[in-house]
This record gives sequence, C-alpha cells and structure tokens, in this order.
Amino acid sequence: MKKKRVTIRDHQFESALFGRRVFFSLIIVVIAFGILLTNMYHLQVVNHHSFQTRSNDNRIKVVPLAPNRGLIYDRHGRILAENRPVLSLEVTPEKVPDLAATLVRLQQVLEFDDDVIDEFHENRRRERRFNQIILLDRLTEEQAARFAVRQHEFPGVNIEARLVRHYPYGEALTHALGYVAKINANDLQKLRTEKKHANYAATRVIGKLGVERYYEELLHGTIGYQQVEVDIHGRTIRTLSVQPPIPGQDLHLEIDIDLQQYAYDLLGDERGSIILMDPHDGAIRAIVSKPSYDPNWFAQGITHTQYQSLLNSRHSPLLNRSTQGGYPPASTVKPQVALAGLDEGIITPTTKIWDPGWFQIEGVSHRYRDWLAWGHGWVDVTSSLVESCDTFYYDLALKLGIDTIHEHMVRYGFGERTGIDIAEESAAVMPSRGWKRARFNQPWYAGETVSVGIGQSYWTTTPIQLAVGTAVIANRGERPVPRLLRALQEGDIILPAVVETRDPVVLKNPTHWDVILDALNRTVSTVKGTAYRAFRGAHYSSGGKTGTAQVRSIGQEEKYNAEEIDERYRDNAMYVGYAPATDPEIVIVIAVENTLGGGGSVAAPMARKLLDFYFAQEQAHAQQ
Amino acid sequence: MLSSNTNNSWWQRFHIDGPLLLGLVVLALISLATVYSASGQDLAMTERQAFRIGLAFVVMLVIAQVPMSAVERYSLPLFALGVVLLLGVLLFGETNKGAQRWLNLGVVTIQPSELMKLAVPMTIAWFISEHGIPPTKRRLAMAFILLLIPTLMIAQQPDLGTAILIASSGIFVLFLAGISWRLILFFIGAIGAFVPILWFFLMHDYQRQRVLTFLDPERDPLGAGYQIIQSKIAIGSGGIEGKGWLQGTQSQLEFLPERHTDFIFSVFSEEFGLVGVIGLFLLYGFVIIRGLIIAMRAQQVYQKLLAGSLILTFFVYVLVNVGMVSGLLPVVGVPLPLISYGGTSMVTLLAGFGLLMAIATNQRFVMQR
Repeated sequence: MKKKRVTIRDHQFESALFGRRVFFSLIIVVIAFGILLTNMYHLQVVNHHSFQTRSNDNRIKVVPLAPNRGLIYDRHGRILAENRPVLSLEVTPEKVPDLAATLVRLQQVLEFDDDVIDEFHENRRRERRFNQIILLDRLTEEQAARFAVRQHEFPGVNIEARLVRHYPYGEALTHALGYVAKINANDLQKLRTEKKHANYAATRVIGKLGVERYYEELLHGTIGYQQVEVDIHGRTIRTLSVQPPIPGQDLHLEIDIDLQQYAYDLLGDERGSIILMDPHDGAIRAIVSKPSYDPNWFAQGITHTQYQSLLNSRHSPLLNRSTQGGYPPASTVKPQVALAGLDEGIITPTTKIWDPGWFQIEGVSHRYRDWLAWGHGWVDVTSSLVESCDTFYYDLALKLGIDTIHEHMVRYGFGERTGIDIAEESAAVMPSRGWKRARFNQPWYAGETVSVGIGQSYWTTTPIQLAVGTAVIANRGERPVPRLLRALQEGDIILPAVVETRDPVVLKNPTHWDVILDALNRTVSTVKGTAYRAFRGAHYSSGGKTGTAQVRSIGQEEKYNAEEIDERYRDNAMYVGYAPATDPEIVIVIAVENTLGGGGSVAAPMARKLLDFYFAQEQAHAQQ
Repeated sequence: MLSSNTNNSWWQRFHIDGPLLLGLVVLALISLATVYSASGQDLAMTERQAFRIGLAFVVMLVIAQVPMSAVERYSLPLFALGVVLLLGVLLFGETNKGAQRWLNLGVVTIQPSELMKLAVPMTIAWFISEHGIPPTKRRLAMAFILLLIPTLMIAQQPDLGTAILIASSGIFVLFLAGISWRLILFFIGAIGAFVPILWFFLMHDYQRQRVLTFLDPERDPLGAGYQIIQSKIAIGSGGIEGKGWLQGTQSQLEFLPERHTDFIFSVFSEEFGLVGVIGLFLLYGFVIIRGLIIAMRAQQVYQKLLAGSLILTFFVYVLVNVGMVSGLLPVVGVPLPLISYGGTSMVTLLAGFGLLMAIATNQRFVMQR
C-alpha cells in the first residue's frame, strides 16, 4: 500500500475535479429543492381547496339532534301522551378498563339478569366505537341511588337521562291514541321511499298506531343539527355550531278522558267497543276497544314474551274493535232500512203488516223467524222499530231488493271507511250482487236479502260506521266524518282541526226523519220499547235502537240457549242511540261480544249509564 | 478586517463555524416549536427534545475539537468496530417494532447503524484519498465492497431508510472523487435494467402491493395508503399561510400518524403553510451551501471528500423525508433532519456537523503551519 503512494499527486487537478463535482452537486440540490417546492405548491396552492375540504371532512362531524315529540292532550287539557325523562345506565366499552369484571360488579350492585348482559353485547356489536351503549334502559330510583354512590368505581359507566314516551292512562286509550315504538327495518324502508328518513336521523321511535301514527308528521317535528369537531377516535372536542331541532306540534284531542275511562271500566271483562261522538262535527268523546293492553310496553321496548302474549291471545287485544271490528249490525240498522223503504215509497208511515212470528218467501218452505216466537201482530214502521220486529224487515227487504238496499245504505256510510283519523280502519262489508260475485263467485239469492233486512247475512259494520249511520239520522241527513283531533298547538298558537262532512242523505220527504226519530225516542220512552227498562227515569230525552246479533246461524228447529252454547257463539249485544231526543248532541254506539243477554238487557243499560255520566259531566263543566 | 480577524481567531480557537452554527441553532428552535405542537402540546416531550438537542450540540462541539489527522487515522478502526457491532446486532440484537436495530451492551443500548453513518463516509474517503482522485477501477471496486458490507447488513435489519442514507454517503464520496461519467451512466443503466427483474422475479406480492400503494395511495385509503393520504391532506390544507402554530387540525386531532417523528414536516406545513415551507427550505439550503463551501475550501482530499459527503447526505435526508411525506417517494423511515423528535439521529447528525466544523477550522490551521 505504501508503495503506491509514490504517485505524484496533482493538487490543482484534484481541486478542480472536486470543484466541478461540487458545482454539479449544487445544481442537483437546487433542482431537487425546485421539485420539492413545485410539489408543495401543487399541494398547498393548486389543490389547497380540495385538501381543505378533506381536512374538514376529517374533523367536522354533523350530529343530528332529535326534536321533542309533540304532546297529546284531551279536550280539557289533560295530558294523554308525554315525554318522560328516564334514567338509563350506559357504558362506553372503550373507556372501561376491564369490561367483563365491571359488568359482573355492576350486576352485584344493581341486581339484574344475565339476559341484560347478553343484550348489551348484542347492542355493542351494532354500535360505533366510543359510543355509549345502554346496559339498563330504565333504572329504578333505588338503582340510580345505589350506582351514584359508587360511580367512582366504574369509569366509563354513566347514568344518562333520555326522553321516553309515556301514556299515563295506559290501556284505557290504547287503540285510539296508539303508541310509539322503536323504528324498525320496515319503518326505515317506508321513510326512505317517502324521502323523510333524513328528518329521522336522530329519532329512535315512530308512531305505530292510532293518533300517534296518523299524526306522526305533526308530532315528530324537524330535526336539528350540531356541528362538532371530533378527533380521530370520534371523541367530540368542541361544538362548532348548533341548529336546534323544531319540536313537534302538540295535539288536542276531542276525547274526554274521564268519559273514556268510565266507558272502559264499564265494559268490565267484556269484549267489545264503545263510541261516543258529537253527531254535528264528528268529534269523538270516547272510543273504547276491549280487551286492550298497555301501550307503554311498546313505548319502552316490548319484550318478546309480552309481544307473543298479545299476538297469541284468543281475544285479539291488538285489534281495534271500534274501527276494525266487523260486527253484524243486527237490528241497529233497522232505522236506515226503514228509511230506505219510506224513501222508495214501498212503505208509508201507516203501512201495516201482520207478523205471525215468522216470514216465508212465497213458494219456499224456509221460515225466517222473528225473535218473538208468537209474533208482534199488526206492525207499522214505528212499532217495528220500538219493538224491533224482524218480520216487518224481512218483508221490506225482500220488496226493496239487495240493489236498492245497498244503494241506500252506502249513503249512510256502510261498507266504506268513515275517514276517522286512525289509519287502522276497515270498510267492513255492505253486501251487494257485485260484492258476492267478487268474493265468492256466486249469484245473489233472494233469501239472503231477507236476512240483510235485519242486519245479518253478510252485512258487517264497524262500531264507528254505526256511529256515523246513527249520526246521519240524528242530524236529519248531515253526515259527519268522525274525528279525534280537536286542535293543533304550535307554541301559543292553537289551530282548530278542520271539520269534514260527506254528502248528506237527502230524503224525498224530510218528514220521514221525524217518523224514524219519533220511533227511536219511543224505543226508550214507551213501555213496549226494547230500551225502555234501561232508560226508565232518565232526566234527559234520547232515542236509540237495540240489536242482538247472531254470531252463528241457528238451525230451523234449534232453540238458542246462551247458557248452553260455546261462549264464542253467543250473541253480540248492540245499542245505538243519541241524546237529547231533540237536537241531539251526542251519539252512542255499544257493541258487546258473546254476551249472555241481548242489546236490550246488556248494551242498553250500559248506554244509559254512559249517557247519565256524560250529561252529569257536561253539567259540571258548564257550571265551572 | 483586524477586528474580524481577531473575531475569526476566537471562533477558530474553539473550532466553530459561525454561519453553520447559526443555521443549526435556528433549525433546533424550529424543531422545539414543531415538536411542542405535534406532540399535542406535551411539555415533557418538548423538554426531552430540548435536552437531546443540547446534548447533541455538546457532542458536535466536542467532535469539532478533534484534530483531522486523528479523524483520518481512526476512520478504518471505527468502521471495523461498526461492522463487528452490526454483526452483534444480527446475532444478539433486540427486536423493536419488528426490526432488529439495537444492541444491548448491558449498560447501554446502542444502534450501531448510527455509528456507521459517520464511519462509512470517513472510511471510503480515507480509502480513496489515500491514492489520489479519480480512483483507479481496482480501488473503486474495493471501495464498493467496503460500502456494500454495512449497507446490506443494515438493510437486513431491516432499516431501509438508514441503508439508503449510508449507501448514498459512500456513493457521494465516490462521485465527488471524480469517477468517470461513463461509469456513472453505466451504474444508472444497470439499476434501470434491474428494476423489472426485481419487480417480476424477486419481489414478494406484498412488496409489490406496497409499491402500488405508493404510486396510488387512494387504492388503500384505510390501510397502507392512510398515512400518506392524511399527510397530503395536512400539507394541502395548510395552504399558503398555514393554519397557525398549534392550530393544525390534522395533527392536533391526531388524524396524522407519526406526527412528531417521520411526519413532522406535514405538521410544519399544515401550521405554517407554503410561506413556512419556503423559509425552511431556504434554511436547509443555507446549511447545505455552507457545507459545500467548507468542502471546497478544505485543503486535503480526505477532508474535501468527507465534508462533501456529509453535507450531501444531509441533503438526502431532507430530500427523502420531504419527498416521502409529500407523496413523491415511497415511505421509508427517514426523519426530517434536526426537526423530527428523536435523540439518536439528532446526535449522529450533529456529530457529523462537528466533523464539518473540524474541517472548516482545520484549513487555516494547515495554511498557518
């Protein structure tokens, strides 16, 4: 190595060579910085806007704020549906040091089932990281107190207050008021197709039934937004801006909760429906369907067992009997059939027929029996209603024919939805030739027309249809649309609900109204009247019609004995009425299923009690 | 002139290059401000960084006092020691974050690759300068072997960033030593020809994926592309004037990974904008040019080559780090020199600047003698 160093070194050459290389390096350095700077210019100036947007997308999250649901009041301002703060125990798993141990200790302190923990893990899988997950959704005061004392032992576990819908009158009002429940996949689908889902981004529940469902849009309100700055873990650092939600509108219903509760209790253990309605404007004062159930089950999150018990019950508590129950109207529609006869000129107010206790179509051996086996004797239209003679209507129906009966009955609202502000409504069946052809692909038989005359055969009506049909008579033709909504309230502004009517029934001879109204009044006020016993001594006048509907046809020689047959085949007791007799202000409909008695003995006494209660109430309110 | 002379002699006596020191001190202050912000205003972390900077400056000033003759003499032994230690790492090294870089000597844990950052340019410069420049082909070939040994050992750890820096420090010596342009073009051509072979025959699937992700980070925005996307968002959203010190949302809200170490340039760019970036580039440019001037002025070939290599390697640090965080180069672990949080690289870098100062102040010495 040493030997090689003898080479003479040209320092000047070396310096020049090195200098050239350094100069070249400098050029590279300058070019490199030029490239870096160009790139920076590209990022920070040319594409600045797009990167700024992405930076904001990173840090700014829009948090939807749920509006408070509108409250619901009865006609006297008593609250029927409210939002109650409920304490829930919520856990943020990411903030809990040892989740399993924490859950076990919480279970010891608060005493809850293992199911709760399973459900918690189920919910956890569905939630985003760093979100609070509900462990117990309704803490009792004792649980809340016990936890509060030891809160420091449980980091990441908090008590949170949420608003939960509460129905203080529980099952008395379920079918009319309805309830809210958790938004499910079907609701979400529906909201999407209606393009309303954006408004529900923060909402947990939706109206599922009754008023809560029908007026969902008004009750819900408008969503608000909060812009928050979040870090990479999704934790909120600060709030940037808030657009507060607009609460839903408060609803005032025509319901009188005292009357409703009274009607509900009056039905006792019976199944059936009671409706009290103002015939002029269709305002519903009470509407009961029994059996019922507690709507709070749904509002607070129904358990599987609870839901199964409702679904599997033989008595269909989920059915709103007032609007969906198809009852054979039986004798309660005799007034309308009579009016059809009078209007068509088939009978006059003085037309009389002989009732031997049965009716026979000429040339046919089958006997249509009257409820009074020995017959009512000579009967005119008035006595046919007062005593509820069947034979008169067998004869009349046959003379009218099904086409004419159908044409008239539709004008009273039978066979179509009344338009009440409850979505769960059935049109029931007002039979016709076309209907039977479509339904059974069979022709119409004259014998069936005979039964239609006394509101049997295929004819079914909902109690709310009967209320409308009765109101038409009480109003001498005016036909109201039943209505639960009395007014909307937005802040201090109260907007009364729109009163709707349908085409009135116009008779060729309006005095025929008086004939029928007189007869219905005699039903309650004369000794022979089917509702006389029930209304004896009432200090208000009224009119009404009883009905006893066969649920199963009875054989020719068979005798009906309520005590002996299966409960499900017992008669339904019906009553329709109005009061006072002149210028009626209230219409009443009662349907009681499978009773031991009939309309006169079961339904009419209930109507009497209800009307007594109603007038006492009105008097009390008038005095205030 | 006289006062300047006496002034010069004072700096001379303590072997300090004034302009270089000024540039380094300003960079150190920028480092403290940026680390404070990038750590989420963690004062303890900033204090640790300040302590390391202080320590590194002391190391620099101590090394500046070492006579160049001694430096030259100990080049090869230092290199040999480095190779032994690297061998030790390969055999007994400690694994940290999937890479084996540290050697536990009982009392201290050391990272021999850092030592090599200085030993390699020293040794190659010594080997070439011994014989005059340009080197003969034989010398050149031997120099390559000398360079290849530590580079491969470090790449094996794996520490691609350091391997690149060490390889470039050696290559810079050879380039500055005046190897012929034909040879340089030949090497560039050879590397160019090797790339397709590498791609089709030698690389694993996951490595190809990594290259593809570098070429288009958006194809894997939540995985491998995440870092670089967030980094570009940070830089781009800074705009011309920046979001302001401590106001960078990408860094303060932790969207940017590795923000106080390798990706600190993104934090700086987000908070100080293009204006700050130009200022930082000017500062780096100033330090690099000052280093090149020192190399030019050095009287001996060894000193010229060493000084030139050290300052150009420093430039590569800046180039690779800024290039990778702004999406121009693939992500290899190279910190932003003198700014990134971390002690080891700070000490090694300033030790290198110590050598530069020794060279800068040595030349007059030689002339006087």
